[in-house]
Amino acid sequence: MDVHPIRVLVAKPGLDGHDRGAKVVARALRDAGMEVIYTGLRQTPEMIVEAALQEDVDVIGLSILSGAHLSLTPRIMELMAENDMVDVPVFLGGIIPHDDVPALKEMGITGVFGPGTNTETIISSIRESVVAKPADRES
Amino acid sequence: MLSQLIEKAKNGRRRAIAQLITLVENDQEAARTIVAALYSETGTAHIVGITGPPGSGKSTLVNEIAKEYRKREQLVGIVAVDPSSPFTGGALLGDRVRMRDLSGDRGIFIRSMASRGSLGGLARSTGNVVKVLDAAGFQVILIETVGAGQAEVEIANAALTTLVIEAPGMGDDIQTIKAGILEIADLLVVNKMDRPGSDRTVKALQTMLHMGTVRRDESHHGRAMTATGPNLAVSDLKSTWHVPLLETVAIEGLGVSPVVDAIQEHRNHLIKSGDWLEREKMRSRREVGQLLQDRFMSKLQLTVPLDERETIIEAVARRQLDPYSAVERLFEQAHASEEAP
Repeated sequence: MDVHPIRVLVAKPGLDGHDRGAKVVARALRDAGMEVIYTGLRQTPEMIVEAALQEDVDVIGLSILSGAHLSLTPRIMELMAENDMVDVPVFLGGIIPHDDVPALKEMGITGVFGPGTNTETIISSIRESVVAKPADRES
Repeated sequence: MLSQLIEKAKNGRRRAIAQLITLVENDQEAARTIVAALYSETGTAHIVGITGPPGSGKSTLVNEIAKEYRKREQLVGIVAVDPSSPFTGGALLGDRVRMRDLSGDRGIFIRSMASRGSLGGLARSTGNVVKVLDAAGFQVILIETVGAGQAEVEIANAALTTLVIEAPGMGDDIQTIKAGILEIADLLVVNKMDRPGSDRTVKALQTMLHMGTVRRDESHHGRAMTATGPNLAVSDLKSTWHVPLLETVAIEGLGVSPVVDAIQEHRNHLIKSGDWLEREKMRSRREVGQLLQDRFMSKLQLTVPLDERETIIEAVARRQLDPYSAVERLFEQAHASEEAP
């Protein structure tokens, strides 16, 4: 396959209306040469997984500031499993207490980025996760 | 296996459709195999292009048109194109933000595409993405272009019905008599009719329409195969279609049903008048021309070594050779190496 830009879905599940962070990250990923599909506020897990499926993204980035990460994440991961999308890495950003990170990783989240994370860190983590992914996607 | 993926996509399996689209977008070799396998099953969908300036309401109107088609029990595919950065190649594809009403409906499939350096308002592989959706059984395919200014008219070649959206406050009536985007409209829509100045926009466009519109369909005098540039043929075609001017407030869903009626009317007109085939011919001519050009370029790159090509380019840069003679030399070299044993 020819070289192509990494496709990322940036989504905000849940009910908080603060999308500045998601937009800053989307913009940074765009400037890093990625194709960012931005879906906007108040997405349900169903909407997010369906969008990721249709867009055939390489990576999903979720921004959650409402504190609902422990209830939203399992549903998203479950829907991804149902759709045979377990190979797509999922990153989480927003207000996520440190103590919750092990549980989130347990659920299959690839990385968690709290407030103050350098965008360079996010970019390089995404790049690494895509390279590490199994190459054969045609089966 | 690619052939399994193609079978699954034909049966409407959504993940397979998405993966095939990725392949036609990224991989020329795969695109060739996929299109060859699907092509005979395409050509039944009605392909509608939606274009207009940034912020005129394209995504919002696409959202509403899709909902209206769903009420009419049609399966709807949407291809939404946004620009790639000329500097980094990155893109922010934000059309889904206005299409959130559509999610959860299995009769709709939305795919965002980055333009990846194409300048005509579409991406290079948009036509192939449309073919995948067509073969997968979507009955209406809406293509939303990059926010278009005056000259992004590529959509008229990709779509059977082209809808041009204007919004109030975009300029005086001189804009309406300029060549370019307004000429490609099969339907004109003035959106944001709730805004001040909308009546003036409608009036200016009506005046333009009364002056007569130029038919874009292919003449029968046989045009040369044109692969680049907007080259939409203008002709004296027998059939007449009077471009309707429609008014909408897309954000509130007002005026949308008449737009869909008009699209269907245009479709019927194309079928009855024989223009459907003319438009398909025009599209095919460009598509084959473009592929031929690509093929020749890659052949040239294979047969004439890079350093030789660079030497010729440098001679042009140093004014030792004019560009026409350079092409002559490259063309001959590509040809000569073909004849060599």
